Amino acid sequence: MATKASRSAARIMMAPAVILLLGWMLVPLTLTLFFSFKKYLPMRGDSLEGGLDWVGFENYGRFISSSSFWPSVQTTLIMVGGVLLITVVLGVLLALLLDQPIWGQGVVRILVIAPFFVMPTVSALVWKNMLMDPVNGILAHLWRFFGAEPVSWLSDASMQSIILIVSWQWLPFATLILLTAVQSLDSEQLEAAEMDGAPPLKRFWHIVLPHLSRAITIVILIQTIFLLSIFAEIFVTTGGAFGTRTLTYLIFQRVVDSQNIGLGSAGGVYAIILANIVAIFLMRIVGKNLDA
Amino acid sequence: MARAITPRRKILTSGLAWAIGILLFFPIYWTILTSFKTEAQAINDPPLFFFFDWTLENYAVVQDRSDYMRFLWNSVIIAGGSTLLGILVAVPAAWSMAFVPSKRTKDILLWMLSTKMLPAVGVLYPISLIFVEFNLLDTRIGLVVVLMLINLPIIVWMLYTYFKEIPGEILEAARMDGAGLREEILYVLTPMAIPGIASTILLNFILAWNEAFWTLNLTAAGAAPLTAFIASYSSPEGLFFAKLSAASTMAIAPILILGWFSQKQLVRGLTFGAVK
Repeated sequence: MATKASRSAARIMMAPAVILLLGWMLVPLTLTLFFSFKKYLPMRGDSLEGGLDWVGFENYGRFISSSSFWPSVQTTLIMVGGVLLITVVLGVLLALLLDQPIWGQGVVRILVIAPFFVMPTVSALVWKNMLMDPVNGILAHLWRFFGAEPVSWLSDASMQSIILIVSWQWLPFATLILLTAVQSLDSEQLEAAEMDGAPPLKRFWHIVLPHLSRAITIVILIQTIFLLSIFAEIFVTTGGAFGTRTLTYLIFQRVVDSQNIGLGSAGGVYAIILANIVAIFLMRIVGKNLDA
Repeated sequence: MARAITPRRKILTSGLAWAIGILLFFPIYWTILTSFKTEAQAINDPPLFFFFDWTLENYAVVQDRSDYMRFLWNSVIIAGGSTLLGILVAVPAAWSMAFVPSKRTKDILLWMLSTKMLPAVGVLYPISLIFVEFNLLDTRIGLVVVLMLINLPIIVWMLYTYFKEIPGEILEAARMDGAGLREEILYVLTPMAIPGIASTILLNFILAWNEAFWTLNLTAAGAAPLTAFIASYSSPEGLFFAKLSAASTMAIAPILILGWFSQKQLVRGLTFGAVK
C-alpha cells in the first residue's frame, strides 16, 4: 500500500514532531554537558560573555565527594524503594479486591483513583497541614483521642511521611494498571485450579502473580522514572530538610540556591545517567510489545 | 470472573472495598469539607464532620486576596494551549507512523519515549538560560512550549496506538466505492479517529494541569498557574486551613471531574500501550 510518494509524505508529516523533540533533547543536554566541565558561579562574577574556565572533570569529582552526595543517593533509593514497595503490594491486593463482585463498584473505583488527579502541590500541602500538622492536623486529633502524644510528622518522621504522601498519589496508578491486567486473567484456568483443590494462596502464587508479572514490571519502571524526579512534594513540605534531600533536590539546590551551575550540571549528568539505566529496561519491554 | 458468590462473601468484600475507598478518598473529602468552614471551625477539636455552619466565605476571600481567577486562567491557557499545540504536531506524525510504517517507525517511537525520561532537573539551568535569552521567563507562551514538548511523546504514543486500531481494510473498501483521498480522510478516517484524539486531549490536559516542576521553576507572578499559586501557601500565616482548602478545592475540582472520564485512557496513555 505504501508507495514512494506516500513514504515521502509520511516523512514530512513526521518531521515537526521529530525535529522539535530532537531540539528539546539535544540543546539542553549539550548545554548541561558543556557547563558540567566549566567553573560557573554567576554570583562570583563568572559570566558566559566573560568566558568560563575549563575545569575538566573537577565538578564531577566534587559532586560525588561532597558530603551531601551519598546521603542524597541513599535518600533517593529509600524514597523510591519505599513508594514502589507500598504501591505495588497494596496495588496488587486492591486490584484483586476491586475485581470481585462488589456493590457500587464504579463508585469505589472513583474513590480509589481520585488521588492521582490531585496536583502534587495540593496533595503535599493538604497532607502537610490538614492531616499531618502536629497541633491541628486530623492525625494529631486522632492521636490525642487515643491519649497519645501527637507526632511532628514532617520533622520527626519526615521520610516516612513523604513516602506516605507520594504512595497515596501513586497507589491509584498502580491499582488501575494492575486491575486492567487482572481483568484479562483467564478465569477458566483459575476455576480448573480451584476444582483440582488448589488453595487460594497457591492459586494466587502460581497463576495470578505470574500473569501479573509483566504489568508489575511496567508499573515499577514507569513509577521509578517519575519518582526519581519527585520535586513538588519535597519543595512544599520539608524543602529538603530533615534528611529528605534526594538527588533531584540536591541538584536543584546546587543550581538554584547556591548558584553553582558547573557543579549542578555535573549532578544533572549523573541524574540523566541514572534515569537512562532504568529507561533501558522499560524500553525493552515496550519495544517487545510493539513487535507483538 | 462469573462465579457463584455467596451473599456473605459479597458483603465482606464490598465492606472492605468501601472502607479502603473511603480511606483513600478521605484527604480529598476533608479538604472539600474544610473549605466550607470558618477558620475557627477548621481547627476545632474534636474535628467537625458535618454539623457546622456552612459558609462560602473562604472562596470569596481567596479570590479577593490573591486574584484566584488569574491563576486559573493561566492554568487553562497553559494546559489547554500545550495540549492543542501537541495534538497539532502529533496527529500527522502518529498518522504516518500508523498507516505508512517503515522499518524505522519502531525506533523513532522508542526514541521519542526516551526523551520523556530525561530528568527535568538535569536540564533546568540550560532551559532557564534559553528562557532568559528569549524573554520567555514568566510567560505563558514559554510554559505552553515546554509542557507541549514534555508531553509530546505521550501524545504521539497514545494517538499511534489508537490509529493502529483503525483497520486498513476499511480504507480499501472506501476506495472501491470510489472515495478519493479527500473523502477518505474526511468521512472515513476522521470519524474513526476522533474518540482516540479526544481521549488523548483529555489525559494530556490533566498531565499538563498538574505539572509541578517547570510551572514552579519558570514562573513568578505573571504566568503562574494553579500549581504555583497553591505552592505559595506553603509558608502559612495565622489561621489558614479553610482558605487553603478553598484554594485547593478550586484547583483540583475541574481535574477530578475530567479525570473520572479518563480512567481507561490513563492506563493506555501512561503505559505506552504496553498494558491494555
